[in-house]
Amino acid sequence: MNPDTAIPVAICLPLAVAVGIVLAGRISDNLREAVTLVGAAALAWVVWGMLPALFAGDRPAVELSQLMPGLSIGFRVEPLGMLFAALASGLWIINSVYSIGYMRGNREKNQTRFYTCFALALAATMGIAFAANLFTLFLFYEMLTLSTYPLVSHKGDAATVRSARVYLGVLLCTSIGLFLPAIIWTYHVTGTGDFTVGGILSGHIQGADVGLLLALFVFGVGKAAVMPVHRWLPAAMVAPTPVSALLHAVAVVKAGVFTITKIIVYVFGVDFLFSEPSSGWLVYAAAFTIIAASLVALRQQNLKRLLAYSTVAQLSYVVMAAAVLKPLAEVGAAIHMVAHAFGKITLFFAAGAIYTAAKKTELSQLRGIGRRMPWTMGAFTVGALSMIGVPPTGGFVSKWYILAGAFQADNLLAIFTIIASTALNAAYFLPIIYMAWFAREESGSGDHGEAPPLVVLALTATALLTLGFFFFNGPVIELETQLVREAMR
Amino acid sequence: MDLTPHLPALQVIVPMLSAPLVLLLRPRGLAWAGAAAVAVLSFCIAASLAFAVARGEHFGYDMGGWRAPYGIELSVDAFSALMLLIVTGAGAVSLLAGRPSVDLQIEQERQPLFYAAFLLTLAGLVGITVSADAFNIFVFMEISSLASYVIIAGGPDRRALPAVFKYLIMGTIGATFYLIGVGLVYMMTGTLNLADLEARIGGVTDINPILMAAGFITVGLALKAAVFPLHVWLPNAYAHAPHMVTVFLAACATKVAIYVLIRFDFFVFQANLPGHQLQFSLFLLPLALMGILVASAVAMFEGHLKRLLAVSSVAQIGYIMLGASFVSQAGLVAAFAHMFNHALAKGGLFLAVACLACHYRDLRLDQLAGAARTMPLTAAAFVVCGFSLIGIPGTAGFISKWLLIGAALERDSSAFVLVAIILASSLMALVYIWRVVETLYFRPAVVEAEGPGEAPLQLLLVTWAVALANIGFGLFPRFPLALSSAAAELLLGHTR
Repeated sequence: MNPDTAIPVAICLPLAVAVGIVLAGRISDNLREAVTLVGAAALAWVVWGMLPALFAGDRPAVELSQLMPGLSIGFRVEPLGMLFAALASGLWIINSVYSIGYMRGNREKNQTRFYTCFALALAATMGIAFAANLFTLFLFYEMLTLSTYPLVSHKGDAATVRSARVYLGVLLCTSIGLFLPAIIWTYHVTGTGDFTVGGILSGHIQGADVGLLLALFVFGVGKAAVMPVHRWLPAAMVAPTPVSALLHAVAVVKAGVFTITKIIVYVFGVDFLFSEPSSGWLVYAAAFTIIAASLVALRQQNLKRLLAYSTVAQLSYVVMAAAVLKPLAEVGAAIHMVAHAFGKITLFFAAGAIYTAAKKTELSQLRGIGRRMPWTMGAFTVGALSMIGVPPTGGFVSKWYILAGAFQADNLLAIFTIIASTALNAAYFLPIIYMAWFAREESGSGDHGEAPPLVVLALTATALLTLGFFFFNGPVIELETQLVREAMR
Repeated sequence: MDLTPHLPALQVIVPMLSAPLVLLLRPRGLAWAGAAAVAVLSFCIAASLAFAVARGEHFGYDMGGWRAPYGIELSVDAFSALMLLIVTGAGAVSLLAGRPSVDLQIEQERQPLFYAAFLLTLAGLVGITVSADAFNIFVFMEISSLASYVIIAGGPDRRALPAVFKYLIMGTIGATFYLIGVGLVYMMTGTLNLADLEARIGGVTDINPILMAAGFITVGLALKAAVFPLHVWLPNAYAHAPHMVTVFLAACATKVAIYVLIRFDFFVFQANLPGHQLQFSLFLLPLALMGILVASAVAMFEGHLKRLLAVSSVAQIGYIMLGASFVSQAGLVAAFAHMFNHALAKGGLFLAVACLACHYRDLRLDQLAGAARTMPLTAAAFVVCGFSLIGIPGTAGFISKWLLIGAALERDSSAFVLVAIILASSLMALVYIWRVVETLYFRPAVVEAEGPGEAPLQLLLVTWAVALANIGFGLFPRFPLALSSAAAELLLGHTR
């Protein structure tokens, strides 16, 4: 397919899938699931089909509507967005397989609404990935928030609705209260919001205003969960696990850090931001989030909440890497989005598998569970090792690049933070792994076996991806080096 | 015969003359059919006028062939064309959708009377919009007001009677103030035609009566427009009116008063009174800001769905006045775009309320809990229009918020305070809309819905058409924006 036409197709396809799911849901469940799977596969085919053009240096673009002069809805594919879209669309297939196993295994209600909103969220994700300007990005950013709200509040009881309100409240308030003014400020001083190689703000704004605008952007993009706007992420853990897995480990949170990276690279411009001392605070904020979130994770008793706080910390890795403002670190930021996605989705899959098979959610219940669920806990171990950054897992590769970037910038704070958080990650993941494999099972903890086959299939696949990314990361790095080379030119 | 030059006159005459005819349509359903047909025809006339105006034409029309300033002049420029679209659109939508709701609320034999009064209200509002003559505006204002008292009180809700009495008193005071102002101006210049007034006021040596007139006219019209703090008549009048009347009036009635306020001020006073621009700005800006904040805050704690939306209207009027008070191209464009977009959003919301009211007699929020389960399509339409009211991107409401913030940033002083207030009130809108959404979707049902399932198809279809229009004009806003910016240029051309 011609890359220019592939963009609108990639955004409209999930919307069409959503409609198809609603219609098919009235006929039979199997047909509905078939629509989801075929739709996910078709989307991946369309998105991945754009890759050759990107490698060849093409930047496909299309403009949908010009609302008023300077303000338009348009799309342009560049390496970072391509990576994000390819990641989300690829993992949607695996996640759909997992969802079917999970939702049926737990006999969840309102499954049609679930799959429909999922497809809508994917459409929003594609829109965010391909957005050519701040306005388009904001449009799809809000669409992602709103389309995931029914997923978070899926259970529908009072406690869930309360958590979902936190989710929606934090994300909407930060985006309207901070992100939107930042966007308007940008349009106001530059007259444009187009993502441009080398940035658009240079020469239009200086001094303390740069730091302030950066703050509006960073805290406005609540999805990146830089403290103190991280509260929505633990709150979102009331969602069914497939939602936590794909959306709150990949699509939604990555949309946040993707947006911040994109703003740093294409709106501020790396060199411009590096030359402005008032932007220096961001590394500190990200470093603080990494350490603080890891410490909080250390104290969690609930598995999903622990994973949520681990996600908060890992997201700030990306933000910190982007904020180091050196080429290798920007590459590291992009790669970490991928590596963390593989690892964290595996961990969430495993958590969901444990819940499905054994109805266990607390850490203390996991003693000896490895012997009953060897596949699940094997995958969990791989994911956890990737979070710590142990070879041969994907997490090692990205940490390598981020560290290299930190050395390039002689940023001691970043280097120290990475080392400290590696130790903290080990401190909260290794006991779980040890307990699961080697501790003796408590009596009366119930008799159960592995999770449903579809669930196991999905989490094995993502565990293999986590391992595979250590060995076959060449294309990703090549693609993202383009990002840096582009900016250097 | 080419009717195009006569369109401004037809725009008023068609609804006005059909009103008594509708009265004669006694058989069941005919009165509705007649009224709806007339409203749609009016909308078609307004649309063709708007397209012609967007191409750069300007319509002037001398009634009875008497030349202005001696005869009565009608005129349609970009500003009035935009307003006509809003008024006739609201009329057409509420009448097309309204039959099931009116059948529920108004007994069969009184329906012809109701529809006749409805058309008279429409005719009055349209007449205000096309008049280029200060006294004629007053006449049409009285027609529309008297007719609207009738239709507001026409429903089964007895609480509408005290509400409409309050509205009548306040409305009469407003109209009287306006008339006093017009009288003073007439005394000093000897003319009532707006264009003629603009030309002659400059020659008046004793400026004090003119200043008095400006004060009377501004306050009188602000009362009619429910500008904070002169809004007290509005919430109850809207809340207890028949649902279809609320749809119609909430979408356009106060906006017509704002239209006259802005038009009179820019055409007649701005160019001729020294320092008037600053006075206008300093008078309206604080009122607009207070209206935005206070009304949004009140709406957050309001327990009755229709009152909640009505109070929110006061805040939205604040946005329009805020844009106008900037007296700049960007500010006026934002104000006019918001007139259009707010009509879409609030009209859609009240339509959704009318759908709900088909099965829920009591529209207090706690009685509506869980309504989304029995009426999913209605609730979804409410959500879409609610997003537009909040200003979520991709909906019409976002466009006007964006323009308004852009206009605020152009001001050197206090730009950031203004932006902060606009954003804060958007968040408050989020809160009060979300309260409703959560009630509809997540709270366990208290009252069983009367009758099965969704609202009648007719009502539902129109509601969704408006909801989709909210999205459509959010993604492709070119036409209303073109009219708005032409209108803003026109008005600024009359300042100095």
